[in-house]
Amino acid sequence: MSDVQTFLDRLAERTEARRQAHGPEPTWIAARRQAGAARFDAMGFPDRRVEAWKYTDVRPIARGDFALTDSGDFSQASAAALTLPIVAHRLTFVDGVFSAALSDLGELPAGVAVLPLSRALAENHEAVGGPLGRLTGVEFSPFSALNTAFMEEGAVVRLAPGSVVKKPILLQFLSRANAQPVMSHPRVLIEAGARSQATVIEHHVGETEAANFTNLVAELMLDRGAILTHYKLQEAPLSDLHVASIHVEQGRDSRYTSFNLNLGGGLVRNDLITELNGEGAVANFYGLFYGQGRQHIDNHTLANHNAPRTFSNENYKGILDDRARGVFNGKVVVKRDSQKIEGFQSNANLLLSDRAEIDTKPELEIYADDVKCSHGSTTGQLDEEAVFALRTRGIDEQTARGLLTLAFAGEVMELVELAAVAERVELAVAGKLPERFNLSGLVEAAILLHDD
Amino acid sequence: MASQEMEQLVRREYKEGFVTDIESDTIPPGLDEGTIAFISQKKGEPEWMLEWRLKAYHQWLKMTPPSWAHLDYPAIDYQAISYFSAPKRPEDRPQSLDEVDPKLLETYEKLGIPLHERAALAGVAVDAVFDSVSVTTTFKEKLGEAGVIFCSISEAIRDYPELIKQYLGTVVPVADNYFAALNSAVFTDGSFVFVPEGVTCPMELSTYFRINAANTGQFERTLIICESRAQVSYLEGCTAPQRDENQLHAAVVELVALEDAYIKYSTVQNWYPGDEDGKGGIYNFVTKRGDCRGDRSRISWTQVETGSAITWKYPSCVLRGKDSIGEFYSVAVTNGRQQADTGTKMIHIGEGTRSYIVSKGISAGRSNQSYRGLVKIGPRAKGARNFTQCDSLLIGDQCGAHTFPYQEIGNSSATVEHEATTSKIGEDQLFYCQSRGISEEDAVSMIVNGFCKDVFQELPMEFAVEAEALLNVTLEGAVG
Repeated sequence: MSDVQTFLDRLAERTEARRQAHGPEPTWIAARRQAGAARFDAMGFPDRRVEAWKYTDVRPIARGDFALTDSGDFSQASAAALTLPIVAHRLTFVDGVFSAALSDLGELPAGVAVLPLSRALAENHEAVGGPLGRLTGVEFSPFSALNTAFMEEGAVVRLAPGSVVKKPILLQFLSRANAQPVMSHPRVLIEAGARSQATVIEHHVGETEAANFTNLVAELMLDRGAILTHYKLQEAPLSDLHVASIHVEQGRDSRYTSFNLNLGGGLVRNDLITELNGEGAVANFYGLFYGQGRQHIDNHTLANHNAPRTFSNENYKGILDDRARGVFNGKVVVKRDSQKIEGFQSNANLLLSDRAEIDTKPELEIYADDVKCSHGSTTGQLDEEAVFALRTRGIDEQTARGLLTLAFAGEVMELVELAAVAERVELAVAGKLPERFNLSGLVEAAILLHDD
Repeated sequence: MASQEMEQLVRREYKEGFVTDIESDTIPPGLDEGTIAFISQKKGEPEWMLEWRLKAYHQWLKMTPPSWAHLDYPAIDYQAISYFSAPKRPEDRPQSLDEVDPKLLETYEKLGIPLHERAALAGVAVDAVFDSVSVTTTFKEKLGEAGVIFCSISEAIRDYPELIKQYLGTVVPVADNYFAALNSAVFTDGSFVFVPEGVTCPMELSTYFRINAANTGQFERTLIICESRAQVSYLEGCTAPQRDENQLHAAVVELVALEDAYIKYSTVQNWYPGDEDGKGGIYNFVTKRGDCRGDRSRISWTQVETGSAITWKYPSCVLRGKDSIGEFYSVAVTNGRQQADTGTKMIHIGEGTRSYIVSKGISAGRSNQSYRGLVKIGPRAKGARNFTQCDSLLIGDQCGAHTFPYQEIGNSSATVEHEATTSKIGEDQLFYCQSRGISEEDAVSMIVNGFCKDVFQELPMEFAVEAEALLNVTLEGAVG
């Protein structure tokens, strides 16, 4: 049986079971599922000859046999240990299934709605049908098609014009250690009205033995003047497989800031795309990835400058150890007549092992002349002069290297505004550094400080 | 069809190929085994060479044209091309410069090409060309004394079969890519250079080449070999605009550098770019690769690309030898409706290998230009080092400039740096020049030449001067 057929069979089973349990779905959903399935069937899983997947082998996903689950059970204690220690409006999904027990929305400001997709559909499916799939169609990739065919659950965030959400909105995706690996196809839909402001944290984490497949599609729409900060904290277990497409649409003077922090996951692929459609729109893409063991972390970003006077700024940092592999593909596209554009892109990588590999491709595609665009990419080792400078101050060489590696990650981390996220990531990075860097003492001291 | 039958068919066509009338100078358009046998026969090639060509042809049949480049052109009908035509006879050519298109002469004037070369470049019959024969003879003697072999590839196949067998197709294998396979099957001419151990070629091979190779074939094949501690500098093409009835060009260039050898390969390409709508321009699909086989060997590519409607070209270096060096300096200028997808590949295999890439792209008019490069550091390339700088300059708001640099790094001791910028000529720079009484056109030309300086420095001196002039001619009318 072909890899594609396994997934299509699962889909048929699921659709039938759903029909029997809940009766027929609204026609638009059924039609989209069909379109998604047909598209996925036609395209199949991408192989390495497809340019966008040149460095990422998806066979671990294609060859897997993933079940679907209806259970959102997760032990309260382990959830508490995994969750971010932060005061937030919290929605929790366990293997893609909404868990009311682990969710706590608290009090939301007026005009702000945060709810699971299933509830949004039950309340008013037509209000969801308009924006859903507008940015990420089934054409985008075989994975977006697959997601459209399977989608059931996810998060819907609606911000009325002028509304400001002070506390972050935390979307927590927990991966459970199941007898059989499970797959989930969550959707995230954020509609930020004019001049609204919010911070959304997408947190992927789970039980150490978990080995599930998450195929997420997020669509973020920023109306004029909206400000959205989006953290994606990837701490999934090392056997988890994760593919995500994040599409952002930006109106005039809107500002989107993405922090894509990749620490976990066995195979992680992110497609982050923004459409800068209105003058004065600003997109900031900040990323950090730390790969160990046999982790494979692939980040594809794309900034489409569709209007004049739009700005994009990107800074990705990668640290790779053992046999880990990192892929970075950043692209800036300036459309014809989109003048007075500024687009900056930077990717720096540090290889800690000879068996680690980084494949990086910073691309520019420019069709207007009054632009300032640049990209830089470096891969190498720590600056020997900096190591020497620390040693002259009495710090031994290995500690110096450890400190400088932390500082390398620090260039992205210092932009993080949420202390809870920054501390979590900094500690995780310090903890991941090879023992030879002799930082254990430092880390312990930091943890003690943190506990106080 | 069973493979046996297929084989019989192949053999039968061989026969037919061999009886083709070798008196005729041109064969009708189309490509099959007969065509290849005809070319091979015409060139007086030995049997093994024909087999080599047929092998390439069979590989080619199985391949599809590459579609990944950022280029847009109609599909090429390979059966509509004539694969062999003998050079024009002296009586068919213009008999003196008076018969040459005055526009062409005007361009020569602007480029500052020496008087005695103009006739040769314009294709005036050799007898009428002032002094060129004697110049050639002197060069040949000098090279012969040094032990350097420099001849056409067809002569080399006849006279130095051992060298050809040893090196041909070892850098660019016959099935390397679609156009290389096509070239391997049907190449008609090109150059062969062999510099023996310890010899520094006594002259720039450019000077000679320029006069003699103005009528280069459509499918050129070049092979340059430098033995240990040998050195050579070679220049291909010339700044003068070249017209050619053949729309498709697919050349293959192979360089082999053994221990401590140094090959410097410079190209100036100015094929006809087509009319204002881009019609009739040359399609230039080139595979160029250098193999730094020996330790401390060095290969340097310099190119100035201003012509052709379509350019598809990635001069590359395979850095096998320990501490070997690869360099790539490129200026590409596109105007009108030209499209260029060009860049380089640096494959670091050996320890301590270094590569240096400087690419300057200038797009004007409605043209599109891409830099596409690969830097690959293998797991054994300890301490490998690469620096890449690629800058684009946009002139006008209808053109495009794109950068696609691939970096694949598999060694923690490697250092790889890439920088790219895209911008237009600054208003402040123009204002500064104009406030000092320099006209806008001159100011632009000054700024553009400054932008390309890093690359022009690498060209042999007389060509650097011409290349600057060429840039101005190409960009004429793009500004103001």
